[in-house]
Amino acid sequence: MIKLTSEEILSRIQSAFTEGIVEAYESFGMLTVVFKREINIELLSFLKQDKDLNFHFLTDLCAVHYPDRENEEMGMIYHLHNFFTGTRIRLECFFPIADPTIRTIIPLWNSANWQERETFDFYGVIFEGHPDLRRIVNVDEMDYFPQLKQYPLEDAVREDKNDAMFGR
Amino acid sequence: MEDFKEETLRDEMVFPADNGQTSITASKTRELIQSEQDLYTLNLGPTHPATHGIFQNVLQMDGEKIISSVPTVGYIHRAFEKLAEHRPFYQITPITDRLNYCSSPINNFGWHMTVEKLLGVEMPKRVDYLRVIVMELARISDHLICNSVLAVDTGALSGFLYVFQMREKIYEIYEEICGARLTTNMGRIGGFERDLSAKAVQKIKDFLIEFPKVWKEFESLLTRNRIFMDRIVGVGAISAEMALDYGFTGPNLRAAGVDYDVRVASPYSSYNDFDFDIPVGENGDTYDRFLVRSAEIWNSLKIINQAFDNLPEGPYHADVPEFYLPPKEEVYNNMEALIYHFKIVMAEIEVPKGEVYHSVEGGNGELGFYLVSDGGRTPYRLHFRRPCFIYYQAYPEMIKGQYLSDAIITMSSMNVIAGELDG
Repeated sequence: MIKLTSEEILSRIQSAFTEGIVEAYESFGMLTVVFKREINIELLSFLKQDKDLNFHFLTDLCAVHYPDRENEEMGMIYHLHNFFTGTRIRLECFFPIADPTIRTIIPLWNSANWQERETFDFYGVIFEGHPDLRRIVNVDEMDYFPQLKQYPLEDAVREDKNDAMFGR
Repeated sequence: MEDFKEETLRDEMVFPADNGQTSITASKTRELIQSEQDLYTLNLGPTHPATHGIFQNVLQMDGEKIISSVPTVGYIHRAFEKLAEHRPFYQITPITDRLNYCSSPINNFGWHMTVEKLLGVEMPKRVDYLRVIVMELARISDHLICNSVLAVDTGALSGFLYVFQMREKIYEIYEEICGARLTTNMGRIGGFERDLSAKAVQKIKDFLIEFPKVWKEFESLLTRNRIFMDRIVGVGAISAEMALDYGFTGPNLRAAGVDYDVRVASPYSSYNDFDFDIPVGENGDTYDRFLVRSAEIWNSLKIINQAFDNLPEGPYHADVPEFYLPPKEEVYNNMEALIYHFKIVMAEIEVPKGEVYHSVEGGNGELGFYLVSDGGRTPYRLHFRRPCFIYYQAYPEMIKGQYLSDAIITMSSMNVIAGELDG
């Protein structure tokens, strides 16, 4: 199988999706495509099913919180991998934290199940259509999403520790 | 009247049970048949010794058969990703120790390589080769634990105790290189903290001579052992399609027949200099996982031998004073070293902005690091792709319809490490 260059991959994506691709760039040797969240399933299934691209393996998915970016506070990052050519691709989409919803990709990969639960657990991203969206590693009673940047590392209600010296 | 008599007579009649040893009355049999139609719930874990870590599974059972299971994870979650956002780069290495603690040097070097990728630092060949040697030792110790513990779960304890002596030898090598044994915190961003000592070289040499004999003996105890094979062949099987769908990587994926290995697919640390095979299985069952791990141990030995024979001379760290902590005696006697030491420790060095993904072949799969840097002293975001977190979700699917005792050995053959799973 021929290994496609980043430009070829990108041109295929752009010819299949006239709308929804925001930008694309290469970061440390990995093609990164930023898209709109409305097309997440369509884009991922296109990448998975296209015979030449064949990004058949979901390596990783996670969220990133950028509190300073207006209306794009929440980022979802997907890493896909084509084992045959050894090509990886990173897909990112950003959306406002006020409406942190995105469609689940479990229909494409079952491995997304727990990873999406983890993302919900830490960032509060709501995955529409997820069959079992509840906390996974944190306690069920937790009423906030701890990885969001506004929460300090240590429990804010604790008074027995003075961390002033360490700048935390 | 006659009917009633017949009924009582039948109830008192004694039928031999299947194995012919204990007898059982007809009324007892009827009772058993009735109770079998009711499912019951069994709480396996969280601290059951056979789960090798803190895992809970609430099983719906029909007799000895598992109808469904609901796993609960997170009992030893330590918020590594949040912690990492508050620590300078070099202080994150000890966090990675505690992911897959059966092979912590792989995690340490994986993290160092991720940062080096971000910084754009090239390693000298000697560092690559030293890393390969230690990483393959770590892989041996990881697979050795998994395979011998699998034997323990099937009831064979002696092999386990025997090969653990060899794990001890590996830990002694770690100790000689970095001073620690389990949570190694080995090496630094930019290379190693010191060169391989003569004692370490000797210990590795001894290990390379001693270990093959021991592993051969261990394999001859189990690999073609009739009892062992009857116990694990066909247990907990998973097809290649399903394994890929569930995000399997590492030996578990290779046992299902997919020859994906990060060391070959995206070579790092000069792995393309070495000649080794990727063993693959066929059926993806517990026996195949056992065989793949065994074969990988031989291949790891092959790699260590090659790396050790061709170990290049040269510096044991890259020449990047802005990132590599200087030796302590220089810090005390050399102004420049003192400045760099201060700058690194106070994290006043310039770090490029950007997003990096780097992955290494960990003990149980592709261990990935997704690092977002905003140029600050700490990562803006660090996500660990923890292989067993991703593949453990297939466990309920794999044990469905199997016996309870099969569920135990399926779990131990999957090499699920609680520390890595919970993150």
